Parts: sequence; C-alpha cells; structure tokens
Amino acid sequence: MKIDIILAGVGGQGILSIAATIGYAAIEMGLFLKQSEVHGMSQRGGDVQSHLRLSDKEIASDLIPFGKADLIISVEPMESLRYLPMLSKDGWLITNTTPFININNYPDVDILMSKISSLKQFVALDADSMAKDLGAARSANMVILGAATPHIKIGYEKFENAIRNIFKNKGEEVIAVNLAALKAGKDYTEQNS
Amino acid sequence: MQKLLLLGDEAIAQSALDSGISGIYAYPGTPSTEITEFVQHSKQAKENNVRSSWSTNEKTAMEAALGMSYAGKRTMVCMKHVGLNVAADAFVNSAITGVNGGLIVVAADDPSMHSSQNEQDSRFFGKFALIPVLEPSNQQEAYDMVRYGFEFSEKFQTPVLMRITTRLAHSRAGVQRQEPLAQNALAVPQDPRQFVLLPAIARKRYKLLLNNQHGFENEAITSGFNKYIEGKDKSLGIIACGIAYNYLMENYSDRNVPYPILKITQYPIPIELLDKLYTECDEIMVLEEGYPIYEELLKGSLAKGKKIKGRLDGTIPMDGELNPNIVAIALNLPDERGDAIPDIVAGRPPSMCVGCSHIDSYNAINEVLNTYSKGRVFSDIGCYTLGALAPFDAINSCVDMGASITMAKGAADAGLFPAVSVIGDSTFTHSGITGLIDAVKDNSPITIFILDNFTTGMTGGQESSATNRIEDICLGVGVLPEHLHVIKPLKNQHDENVKLIQTELEYHGVSVIIPRRECIQTLNKRMRDKFKNK
Ligand SMILES: Cc1ncc(C[n+]2csc(CCOP(=O)(O)OP(=O)(O)O)c2C)c(N)n1
Repeated sequence: MKIDIILAGVGGQGILSIAATIGYAAIEMGLFLKQSEVHGMSQRGGDVQSHLRLSDKEIASDLIPFGKADLIISVEPMESLRYLPMLSKDGWLITNTTPFININNYPDVDILMSKISSLKQFVALDADSMAKDLGAARSANMVILGAATPHIKIGYEKFENAIRNIFKNKGEEVIAVNLAALKAGKDYTEQNS
Repeated sequence: MQKLLLLGDEAIAQSALDSGISGIYAYPGTPSTEITEFVQHSKQAKENNVRSSWSTNEKTAMEAALGMSYAGKRTMVCMKHVGLNVAADAFVNSAITGVNGGLIVVAADDPSMHSSQNEQDSRFFGKFALIPVLEPSNQQEAYDMVRYGFEFSEKFQTPVLMRITTRLAHSRAGVQRQEPLAQNALAVPQDPRQFVLLPAIARKRYKLLLNNQHGFENEAITSGFNKYIEGKDKSLGIIACGIAYNYLMENYSDRNVPYPILKITQYPIPIELLDKLYTECDEIMVLEEGYPIYEELLKGSLAKGKKIKGRLDGTIPMDGELNPNIVAIALNLPDERGDAIPDIVAGRPPSMCVGCSHIDSYNAINEVLNTYSKGRVFSDIGCYTLGALAPFDAINSCVDMGASITMAKGAADAGLFPAVSVIGDSTFTHSGITGLIDAVKDNSPITIFILDNFTTGMTGGQESSATNRIEDICLGVGVLPEHLHVIKPLKNQHDENVKLIQTELEYHGVSVIIPRRECIQTLNKRMRDKFKNK
C-alpha cells in the first residue's frame, strides 16, 4: 500500500498543518512516511508545495516522481493546477475554490474553474465559506483535508485522533472547531461524488 | 531509544546533541537554519548547557567552533553552501591545524537555487581542503553519520565536513536515536603548537594531513556507509552519490536494480571500489546531486577510457537538482507524466509582505532616485532583495552578503554620483562593517541605507547581531554624526523621508540613513505569543 500526496498552496496558507495531521495519522497506522517541505524564500507569498509519501514499505525518494501522485490537495485553485504533471492518470485533485490573489496577472476565475471542472476526478469546494459558516474561519485547510479523507486509505477516526493530538495544547474549543471543519469537508465529498 | 519524525536538519541536530556536543555555532541560511534552531529549542540542550545562539557570520562561527574544539569539546558549525565561502579561510586552515575535540562542519547546498544565488557543491571544498566528507542519503543516515563523524574527527584529529542538500534538509522521516553520550572534559591540545601555523609548523602539519589521506580513504571502506551492491547485468555500473541513491532506487519498485551499484556517501571515494566497478562493467553512469566532480575525475580530460555517462555527456542536465524522473530518463526507463500545466497558471514569485517596512523605504528611495538616471542602487541579500521585482524595480545588484556598500564605493570611485547602497541590519553586521570602514577611509561619496527591521527576516526571523548597535558601530568607524540619520519608514513620514534622502544624496561623503521599523512577521508573532500567554 502506498499513498503519494502533493500538498499545494501559497506561502503562509498553512499547508504544513495538513501535512502534520496526515503524518500523525499515518504514524499511528505504523506506516513509513517521508514529507518534504518548502522553507525559505518561497514562504514569502510564493507558491509552495509539500510532497507527502506514505507506504507500508520503506520509501526511497523524498520527492514523488512525476505522474505518480495519488492526490493533489490544494488550498488554492490556481496552485492546484500547477502540479498536474505530478498527478497519476487515476489520481484525484481536491481543491479549495477561494482564490488567493497576490499577483496582478492572476487568471480569470471562471476560466480557472472550468479548467478544474474538465479534470477526470476532482473535488472543488469553497472551503473558506464553509469554514466561516462553522465559525472557524481559520480552519479552511481542515475543511480541505476533510474533503480529501475519503480518498486517503486511512480510517477517518485516525484523522480525528490526529487533530485531537495536534491541537491538544490549544483547548477543547479549538479541537471541536477543527473536527467540525474536517467533518464538513468529508460530508461534502461524500455527497458530491 | 525512541523513534522520532525529523527533518534531515533536525536529525543532524538531535544526533549532535546525542553525541555530546558542548556548543553549536551558525549563521542562518536556507537550507541549514533548522539545525541550529532545533538545538536552540531543545530541552536536552538546555539541561546540558549547550551553547547555541547565532553567530555574526559564518567565519566567526567556524573560528569559535575551532576554539571550542581546541579546548577539547565536541562542537558543530552549520551554514548554507555560500556561507562556506565566507568561512573558507578558517575552514581550509582548520585542516592543517587539525582539531582536538570532535568538529563537524555542516554545509547545506541548494541545487536548483530554491533560495540561493548559486548552486555550488560543497564536496568540492572538502576535496580542496583535504577534509573528509560525509554525504548522507537519508535522515537516518544523517543521524548515524553525525555520531560516526565525531568519532572519526577525534580519531584522526581532523575536521569533518557533512554535506547535505535542500531535499534532505527539509524532508521528514522516522529516525532511530542512540543513547546520548556525555560531553568531553575540558582539555587543551597535548602539543601546545598544534594550532600555530607558522610556516615551519604548518609544513609539518600539512604533511601529516597528506599522510592521513590513506586513513581517510580506508575509513570510507570500513565504516560501512559506502556500499558495493552486486548486479547481474554488467553492461552498466552505477555510481550513486548521496540522495541520488534514493532516486535510483525509486525507479525499481522491488529495489532490485539489475546493474552493479556503488553507493557513495563518504569521501574520499575509495579507489579500490571504483576500480572494481570500472573493471567489471562495460559503461559507467555517475549520479551526483551537484557538480559532476567524480564524473570528471573518472572520465579524465582526454576521456580515453570506458564510456562515462552523467552530466558531462548530457545524459543528465548540467544544472539543477536530480529527481526520480531525471534518473529514469538517464536509464531509459519510462517517464510518465500527468497533464501539462495549463497556460493560465501564472508564476507566483515571492514578494514582500503586506505592511513590510522595506516597501516604505523603497517608495521613498525611488521617489528621489527617479530624478536621476537609472542604475545607481547596489543592494544586498535579504527580504529587501525582493525590491528588484515589480512594482519597485528599485535595485541593480545583489551578489554576496556585504557587497552593497563595497560595490557602491567602487562605482563611486569610478565616478558614479550619487551611488546608493541598500543593506539589511543582519547583513550589515555579517559583512557590511568592513566595507563601511573602507568607504569612510576614502570619504567615498555614497549614501548607505541600513534597513533595520530588528531581525534576520529572510531566513525566518532570527535575532540580529545588529540590534541596538548600528549607530554606535557607524559612529565608531568614523561616520560623521551629522550624516547619520534614523528615519521611520511609514506612509505618513514619506515626505519628510524623501526630503532627507534628497539632501544626503547630494552630500559628497559617506551618509548613512537607517530606516527603522520592526519586521511585520516578527511583530505579528510577538503579538500572537503575547495573546497566548494572557
Ligand atoms: C553568506 C551567506 N550567509 C547566509 C545567507 C542567507 N541569507 C540570505 S538573506 C539573509 C538575512 C538577511 O537579513 P537582513 O540583512 O537583516 O535582511 P531582512 O531579510 O531582515 O530584510 C540570510 C541570512 C546568504 N545568502 N549568504
């Protein structure tokens, strides 16, 4: 069993907490894990990616080969498309639809969405609005992760455990909000595919 | 011992602590920064009194580490690849003095230049200085090699260079720890002249270093990190260095490579193993994450031997980091890719943060300089280098840390007036002060902006040696008080700032203007922490 995931977003959007949550769940399952991150210059508002690899066998490369990613999980719609060459023919793309516009040549959002909709297997959801509706404006990334969970071969309760553990120092309220965000994302995917 | 999920950088730091270091010395630089930060945040380090605060630059770090080693203690010094250029004088000569307590120098290279000006290969420096090099292929090996490296260093009384690259530095994996060791006792060298490199002594020490090379090479066989892996298909033999080994393995899902492989993670490369591979196989492929150093060596200038494939013959691109696909192509294996990136996807370069003080500084500087012809701003390395991009287009150079003041001086010497230098606070103490002394000595007509945001911003907000010292330093080296100004880079001060800049630009001597306002990132972090602690 192996799962290769590309996490995508813009520096400062918090893709690393998605990585940490999946990572925690994977370790609990006794899986091998490699996760390469972007530190440094790109974190200043540039495009960032993380390669997250889970397997029941030892993993060789820190980088996922092109065409081999099972999932792209993106907290930003344009960034989700940047990594299409990494996605395998049967892979899924899970993306937020709220654009993060910090450049003046950002593409037309309608064209962007039609490009995403033309993919074979995708889930696109407005995670920012969903998080806001839950009173968890800062947990959009957990909504996105939730939407990805049906496509990651790890039991859902393992993700819940991970959230409880990762946020344990932040209090019950923060845990509850993030669990609700995770659930909202999961429900979205289950109802729309 | 427990298994931890660690970045390559963190594995190195954890192992250094477990190997009983008494101190770590470093100047921040991607991708090496997290090694020292790990030690700074470690409880284990605190309990054992391991010193870990930032040094002013890589040279001071290297020399302080050498001093700690002189006193018999184990120590590590960390830097990014270009930092080794700054520390080179100390580094190269430390091979001649040798060490007392174990000393490991970690140089983190950045092939593909994710956050750097070049992609120089630090293994070259190791070879040049005749210092043994360790190049771990994964996080566990990084951990194990630090422990081994300290033993090696003390056994041969030599500094050891550990070379890593971005992908290992910033990738996490499970790492098995070993039992922690106690720190060494304080003990100065038995030979009181070991570190005195007078020619007569240096000649002897150099001979010793040369004689040790056999021992170093022998270690590279016996330590077990280098491996000769047999293969049935002798039409090709593969030399895979450092993390290139992982990319090779990734292409064979059962890890059964048909060809003989020489996995190299310790240098000098044992000639015995090279000879075996060369003799046994029809052709050789060399996979190096970096410059084709050993490929070139094996091939020779005349290339009269067997066919050697690698970067030099175009089997692999000459520049950039490797990945599994580049290796697949080199081996004629299928290279499957997903859909192409749609044309509508725009580039998203890094940019200065909303609210960054540098933005206000550049707005003021630009307004004044718009009245002169273009091409007058010599800048330096830091967040403010992003002023090179639109909409600012504010700077004309960024070469190496400290080069802003000195290049402005040289251009002024050539007749460019006014010439402007823009340098960050941390970069100023790193390498700007000596250039300022040169400018003051010649009374060069330059205007220097020292952008003081109280931090080393680009690398994530480390403390800056310059904080609360800049005016004293400038006055101390002879900048005139009437040409030293502190301004507040804020929108509502813009007009005043512009006026002052106009005046100082026209002054025929050294002016220093210090736009001072806290980095927006460290400010936000401070506010968050304050809120948390309430
Ligand atoms: C010799 C060398 N060491 C380290 C670095 C990494 N580095 C690049 S910019 C920078 C920090 C600059 O800080 P500062 O001058 O205060 O400017 P800021 O980023 O805060 O604007 C560092 C450490 C480098 N490029 N070269």
